[in-house]
Amino acid sequence: MGKCLDIRRGLTAIAMTAALVFPVSAAAQSLEGKTVEWVIPFSESGGSAAWANFFAPLLSEALPGNPVVVVRYRPGGGSTTGANWFQENQGSGDGTLVFGTSGSTQFPYLLGDPRVRYEYKDWKVVLASGTGGVVYLPPDLGARYDGDFDDLKDEFFLYGSQGATTLDLVPLLAFKMLGLQVDPVFGVEGRGDGRLMFERGEANIDYQTSSAYLSNVQPLVDQGLAVPAFSWGALDETGAIVRDPTFPDMPSFKEVCEATEGCETSGTAWDAWKAFFVSGFAAQKMLYLPGSASDEMVAIYTKAFSDVKARPDFAEISAEALGIYPQGVGDAAIEANAQAITISPEAKQFVLDWLKEDYDVTLE
Amino acid sequence: MDVLATALPALGDAIALVLHPQQLMYLMAGVLLGLSIGVLPGLGGIAGLALVLPFMYGMEQVAGLALMVGLVAVIPTSDTFSSVLLGIPGSSASQATVLDGFPLAKQGHAARALSAAFASSLFGGLFGAVILTCFIFVARPLILAFGVPEMLMITVLGMSMVAILAGRVPMKGIVAAGLGLMAGTVGSAPAGGSLRMSTYDIPYLVDGFQLVIVGLGIYAIPEIVSLLRQDKPIAGTSALGEGWLQGIRDWWSNRWLSVRCAAIGVVVGVIPGLGGSVVDWIAYGSAVQTAKDRSQFGSGDIRGVVAPESSNNAKEGGGLVPTLIFGIPGSGSMAVFLGGLALLGLSPGPQMVRNNLDITYTIVWSLALANVFGAGLCILLSNQIAKLTRIRFTLLAPYLFMLIAFAAFQSRQSLGDLAALLGIGALGILLRRFEYSRPAFLIGFVLSNQSEIFVNQAFQIASSRFRRSMEAGLDYIFSPLAIALLILTVISIVVGIRASKNIRENIDVHTGTKLAPAVFLACITLYMVVAVIDAATISRMGDKVFPLAIGLVTLAGCVALLARMARRPASDEAFVDLEAGGEDSAAPHGLWRTLVWFLFLLILSSLFGFIIAAAIFLLAFFRLRGRLGWPVIGLYSAAGIAFILFLAWVLGRNFPPGLLQSYTDLPWPFN
Repeated sequence: MGKCLDIRRGLTAIAMTAALVFPVSAAAQSLEGKTVEWVIPFSESGGSAAWANFFAPLLSEALPGNPVVVVRYRPGGGSTTGANWFQENQGSGDGTLVFGTSGSTQFPYLLGDPRVRYEYKDWKVVLASGTGGVVYLPPDLGARYDGDFDDLKDEFFLYGSQGATTLDLVPLLAFKMLGLQVDPVFGVEGRGDGRLMFERGEANIDYQTSSAYLSNVQPLVDQGLAVPAFSWGALDETGAIVRDPTFPDMPSFKEVCEATEGCETSGTAWDAWKAFFVSGFAAQKMLYLPGSASDEMVAIYTKAFSDVKARPDFAEISAEALGIYPQGVGDAAIEANAQAITISPEAKQFVLDWLKEDYDVTLE
Repeated sequence: MDVLATALPALGDAIALVLHPQQLMYLMAGVLLGLSIGVLPGLGGIAGLALVLPFMYGMEQVAGLALMVGLVAVIPTSDTFSSVLLGIPGSSASQATVLDGFPLAKQGHAARALSAAFASSLFGGLFGAVILTCFIFVARPLILAFGVPEMLMITVLGMSMVAILAGRVPMKGIVAAGLGLMAGTVGSAPAGGSLRMSTYDIPYLVDGFQLVIVGLGIYAIPEIVSLLRQDKPIAGTSALGEGWLQGIRDWWSNRWLSVRCAAIGVVVGVIPGLGGSVVDWIAYGSAVQTAKDRSQFGSGDIRGVVAPESSNNAKEGGGLVPTLIFGIPGSGSMAVFLGGLALLGLSPGPQMVRNNLDITYTIVWSLALANVFGAGLCILLSNQIAKLTRIRFTLLAPYLFMLIAFAAFQSRQSLGDLAALLGIGALGILLRRFEYSRPAFLIGFVLSNQSEIFVNQAFQIASSRFRRSMEAGLDYIFSPLAIALLILTVISIVVGIRASKNIRENIDVHTGTKLAPAVFLACITLYMVVAVIDAATISRMGDKVFPLAIGLVTLAGCVALLARMARRPASDEAFVDLEAGGEDSAAPHGLWRTLVWFLFLLILSSLFGFIIAAAIFLLAFFRLRGRLGWPVIGLYSAAGIAFILFLAWVLGRNFPPGLLQSYTDLPWPFN
């Protein structure tokens, strides 16, 4: 018996030495037989779930060793609960845990919400997916709109909003910059309800994200029941705002702002709008590995997502599920991430003051 | 014509979606589950749906719908078994069936009563599905006429139904509904995010309570605890006798009664909030009133079975009308059903009826098919199903506890879920004990969020219109539709208060000392005081008004009730206490001792994680409470654990982790 134990100990020692001496090879990094948990801080119904469930099987095929990729949901606290949980699990950097965020996770972070106990800078980004949005008007107001809002400044606008600190911060701030008199009706439970309010004639300005616009508002436009005004735009490689490639015929918010009197495309308000636009739309959904993940693991995931993007059918299937938008990996993801989680102290203060003053909303 | 042109193809698409082997499988699964839940006395649609709700996550839409509709549709069919065989209503929807069904069974005509009941149920269910189809046809073009003020009025109409549910002491109904409304406001406000009765230090409360947990706590836990205390087999005998064909002939000779009662069922179902606990009584009353020979009612008249059973299945079709068209629940079980639809990614209401017409119609088809399957299975398997009523409930209860805990945990994946379940379960037990209407509480809870949102939105839109001109504002608020709904609400309150005198969960009044009911009410009053003060300190106007107003009204109700208690003697109806007399007080096991078993499971979970806890719990329960031999205990416990593991594995679910899991790294399923 004793001898047998000795042999076992010896073998263990050899194995351990080998593990120390030989550098970790790519083969050793195979995730074969493992389960990758793709955690999102939202419930099963919603855009983030659709995004994660679209990528999960593709990622499984592209990762070395084809691990099972399961999507797990940790909703609560407007997505801060799940993000705080991920912050506590920064040690799980062996590639079996990834975390997907959305604009609703970025906004509380940018605004300094007291529930936020997570730090984006600790995490390692591997994917950044964007989207866009279109603002539209009823036909009578649309007839008075000619690329700028100068003729519509005396109109009383009503806008169905989910809340001033949600993604609706971007349209509300845009309306303010354009000098429009917009009364937001808070407590709408999703953009679909906002659109319904518009269709009933209760609201007279609205926006929808790109895919919702194409499927639900385009039919209204075709019937002459709605008129598109502008899209938010998209980010080019240099980080500048250009026309949205999905809606090339529509002006971007930047163009409309330039054309409208009193709206500036520089200064604190513009910086604040741009920061929240990038965080809420252009780089809305991002995927992270925990901080303890090795550079090699980041490279493995980056390569996997590059391979997914390189699939011949990717353009087709992603357009159907996510719309025609950039899926940034590698340096593009790092750049998008940097923009999405940064805001200057002045811009942040400007937004906090505006929320308090116009809507009596404070983050305490 | 245009309406037909879009609706008919959608109806066709829908049946193609439903007649898919996989969907049919889910439908059958729902039907079987509904049959079993219906057979067990006390457990009805709310508890059944709350149990399957957590498993809706990520299910395919049509499959999930089939499962839920299958379950809801057959409960009023299968609950007949315990009504007829035991004289105990299988769920609140077949209380009236007991009056004539049980005497028939005692005379040896159980089979005849059951088959007449199933034929009536089948007819009622199909009738409800047809009416629902027509309603959707008609309502679709009108939907855009329902703006925020109209939706608010529909919600208020739903809440007015609390009047009929209030029972013996109307003030208690108001307090229960107010408590439900206030429970719905806990957490961050929908409009401005101000915190109410919660702090960021307890993140769990910030999101408010989840419907699954409230449904399970208020309905399932009190019923299970109450059955468990009796500790006896549910039925003594299960001989059914002959007379299957006779029963069906009975239904046919009373077919016009069946049509009339099915129509009553649909109408009662359509009115939001009214739900199942009254429809059978109304139908029964109508049958008695119009009968020429009334001498046999109450001692075995088959018409006393046909009438309630035709109406209680029809009401599900009716109940789906407000649920699907406006997203406003038609009853307590429809409230839970709405929660399930949200999990499937469907938002019921105008949008779904207009844009997802085919999905909407799959619900109709599922309803019709489930009624056919349900009635068919009940007849074919009646001998086997009747045997279910002979199982000792003590052997069933631990599985139900385990399943409920697992289901509740799925809502937020936090131990807070289990703590909330226990707390709300205790509240549910007390509401039941002191006879505060639990449906009223649930309706208040469900309608709380949306009424607050509608009030705020209507106020904001109206003030914006008033700024433009007085006329535009008045036009907006007082639309003809809103006025019509207002009139309906007033009528329903008046009729409701009159009718409520005839509707009660327990026939006899049992009162004990003044102390226990007074202490419970004092606790509710104290909570209301704290909640009102808390609401008053909120700075944002829009987040403050609703809880403040509702809190003050409820507080006034509490004070009025306290005053009545002070004035009246201890034998007054205000002091009803189920522990003071009747079945509950005679039970061999204590109320709190039984609930402690559930607490035991939760404490074990927080220490060792769910699976280890469930294993210890099952072993201990079967040994100490069930007094079984060890080999049987081992077998039953292993079966329970295997079942829950299978469920979690199929659905890709985690188990609640405990203290042990934060120090060690265990493999699935122990992690």
